[in-house]
Amino acid sequence: MDTRTPTTSVPSPAGPGPSAARGGIGESVRRPDGTPKVTGAFVYSSDLWHRDMLWGQALRSPHAHARILSVDVSAALALPGVHAVLTHDDLPAAQKRYGLEIADTPVLADGVVRHHGEPVALVAADHPETARRAAALIRVEYRQLPVVTDEASALAPDAVVLHPDRDDRRARRVPHPNVLHRQPIVRGDVAAAARRADVVVTGDYVFGMQDQAFLGPESGLAVPAGDGGVDLYVATQWLHSDRRQIAPVLGLPEEKVRLTLAGVGGAFGGREDLSMQIHACLLALRTGRPVKIVYSREESFLGHAHRHPARLHYEHGATRDGRLTHVRCRIVLDGGAYASSTAAVVGNAASLGIGPYRVDDVEIEAVGLYTNNPPCGAMRGFGAVQACFAYEAQMDKLAAELGMDPVELRRINAMRQGDLMPTGQRVDSPAPVAELLRRVRDMPLPPPLDPKAPDVRDLPGGLSNTSHGEGIVRGIGYAVGIKNVGFSEGFDDYSTARVRLEVIGGEPVATVHTAMAEVGQGGVTVHAQIARTELGVEQVTVHPADTAVGSAGSTSASRQTYMTGGAVKNTCGAVREHVFAAGRRRFGGDRPAWGGAGLRLDGGKVVTGDGEVLATLAEVLEGEEPIDLELEFRHRPTEPFDPVTGQGFGHVQYSFAAHRAVVDVDVELGLVKVVELACAQDVGRALNPLSVAGQIQGGTVQGLGIALMEEVRVDPATARVLNPSFTDYLVPTLLDAPAVPVDVLELADPHAPYGLRGVGEAPTLSSTPAVVAAVRQATGKALTRVPIRPEHIVD
Amino acid sequence: MMRVGFTVNGVRQTADGVWEGESLLYVLRERMGLPGSKNACEQGECGSCTVRLDGVPVCACLVAAGQAQDREVRTVEGLATADGPAAVQRAFLDAGAVQCGFCTPGLLVAADELLERDADPSDADVREALAGNLCRCTGYEKIMDAVRLAAARRRETV
Repeated sequence: MDTRTPTTSVPSPAGPGPSAARGGIGESVRRPDGTPKVTGAFVYSSDLWHRDMLWGQALRSPHAHARILSVDVSAALALPGVHAVLTHDDLPAAQKRYGLEIADTPVLADGVVRHHGEPVALVAADHPETARRAAALIRVEYRQLPVVTDEASALAPDAVVLHPDRDDRRARRVPHPNVLHRQPIVRGDVAAAARRADVVVTGDYVFGMQDQAFLGPESGLAVPAGDGGVDLYVATQWLHSDRRQIAPVLGLPEEKVRLTLAGVGGAFGGREDLSMQIHACLLALRTGRPVKIVYSREESFLGHAHRHPARLHYEHGATRDGRLTHVRCRIVLDGGAYASSTAAVVGNAASLGIGPYRVDDVEIEAVGLYTNNPPCGAMRGFGAVQACFAYEAQMDKLAAELGMDPVELRRINAMRQGDLMPTGQRVDSPAPVAELLRRVRDMPLPPPLDPKAPDVRDLPGGLSNTSHGEGIVRGIGYAVGIKNVGFSEGFDDYSTARVRLEVIGGEPVATVHTAMAEVGQGGVTVHAQIARTELGVEQVTVHPADTAVGSAGSTSASRQTYMTGGAVKNTCGAVREHVFAAGRRRFGGDRPAWGGAGLRLDGGKVVTGDGEVLATLAEVLEGEEPIDLELEFRHRPTEPFDPVTGQGFGHVQYSFAAHRAVVDVDVELGLVKVVELACAQDVGRALNPLSVAGQIQGGTVQGLGIALMEEVRVDPATARVLNPSFTDYLVPTLLDAPAVPVDVLELADPHAPYGLRGVGEAPTLSSTPAVVAAVRQATGKALTRVPIRPEHIVD
Repeated sequence: MMRVGFTVNGVRQTADGVWEGESLLYVLRERMGLPGSKNACEQGECGSCTVRLDGVPVCACLVAAGQAQDREVRTVEGLATADGPAAVQRAFLDAGAVQCGFCTPGLLVAADELLERDADPSDADVREALAGNLCRCTGYEKIMDAVRLAAARRRETV
């Protein structure tokens, strides 16, 4: 069941009205890459092939922290079929580290390994198995060092310091060199507010390490070029960010490192950091041959940054009538061995740390640590996910303490447009928090289990036949969350779009060229829809993404429809003005209407505000040079958060979603079956309703995953990853996934293109606490940790 | 090294110089120019390499290439006809069941096999039959819609 509420009163920002162009915005247009994806013809990064290509393979550290005493590559080099073996000593440039924000990650280990799986050496060989065997022949002598794995060990007086020479801009401000970033947020007078509280609840929560588990492994093909540069075909989230990090360690200017997006098999944040990019380029430049690298699943688990595991402490106070008096919280995020995007994740966790509620008196502290655990960085929800699990658990705990209905408690405290965030930022577009909760609560409930003859496949445990209905208890839980859209804290966030309009064979044709990484979200569909709407043409070609055009920013932070979509809209608008200018030159002398306001393009024609057709596009553009423009688009500027008070206009836009979970729990065995996970979300404007529903459902099930089954297990004694495979890291299957009815609300944000709101992440937030709340209701257990394990239920 | 030969989507193919440890998946993808079957885990856990071996759905990553000698292999590349994508492929497109698409080839081969033996599967039947195929993008709702749609269209045309 998908429902959709039409766009309400707030008008769209300036621009032409809805066009009659078929396949424009608001329609569930089919994907342009859909047919090749169902026939098997679509070329993913792991499908690339080149004559004479070699296969690259990394050797990775088995230890989480060790000094490298020696590396002997002679046996590997002697293996027939091996063309090159590289170590840190072979790196060609003075710059030997890279990183998204802080260049602290060695391309190859520089005498020390700081996490399990850190790359130490590279091999290129003529067969992947030869490359694997050669890597195994490299002899590395390690001396193991003590590991730090949590806040206590990382901040102990004698703790090993991960990066003793760090000189990043936060280094002097943090309380300990193993603290990567600390963001406090203070507003109001919490001590005074706490005295007004009739009820105070506190809680400690633990959030496990989640993996993005995109299905397409990290992979790509580097081809050495005649100019001494390299052409890289790769699956990534941000081509220009990759290039900015790759070029310096290759010792090449950026223009000699050309990237083209290969087919991307999902991302979810896990491709924001580099993986095999530099390694493939190094091997290609060394051997003079094209080099392909494809990670195995185990290597993928070891070779990309995960979602930060977290420990969270919360205190919520309220008056007897259910009004929140204050919130205190402390959020500790484990960033692992290298910085990745931890600082930004900390900023998000802090600024979104109390959720979508009105609270005047707040004390928040969020901390990101350096440890010897696997590096953590971006994953869908980016810091807001961990906080949402904890603050929503607190709201349920508070409701129980007050004897109130949990939805009613949330409604009383729900944020509205015009309210202040803990950062002091005023929420200046619709914030329908109470409305979304009402909508999920009012959706029809799934039917109860048939107590006489339940289908065993519908029960927890399924065909394992662990129950035939006995010991099964149903529970219902609710949650709501808030996520920021776009890059925050003063980041110069922009996207570029190039649009070309020309007449081919008498028909107007538009070409849209951006560097946006299509990772499955459907940006390529939306770009064509926008061009059809703005230019009134039917034929739109979306050019492959590459670095020949300006940056599109990252496919993350729910930002691409807003940002690169906004850039396409913006550039189309400029192209349209060129059409009108050309028309005035040709026909304006005879037809004064060409000089009038309100001209638009519709159905391949130039039309006046009154609907009078002035000319066809073909008539205006015939014989003209194609109109071809490339423009940047920026969202409104944001500010950094004050380092002491956390105050600041830090976020561009907020998005909201709410969930209702219905679960059946086998309370004797601790098994959970999610029956239904309903979601209501405000998307501002659904440019492609089918894609919007797909994003909401996909994000919802990823939230279910961390609630019940997904966790990268890291041995606390050795900091080694224990389960780097789909055998032991459990991704929800079709048997684990429930029905996900979706109710889409469209309340326009006046600051955003078409009023749209980023969709991708918000549904991942509230899904997890809703499932946990439902299991809590069924079992009466506190359940302060995700993922929930059977022993938490049957204890 | 050895020579391996089998029929793929109705065409006899051979590959020379195959190392004994190579999987059917590797030979299809890297030696026969058929990369439609995907390599998401190569541990038999994700189903994205699902092909049919003498009609039976298997994970091609778990089949040694030599085991396919002289047998019939059908991959996602063999689903479409001269008229274009097959009904089950069109249903995946129409239902919005394709996002990144990496799981799609395996799901299509598995769904096609299911609908071949059961024209009117219940939701529980579909979930059970396709539980071996991981999808990370869609949350499976649109995949369920696609299989229901393909089954309904198939029944209409019979």
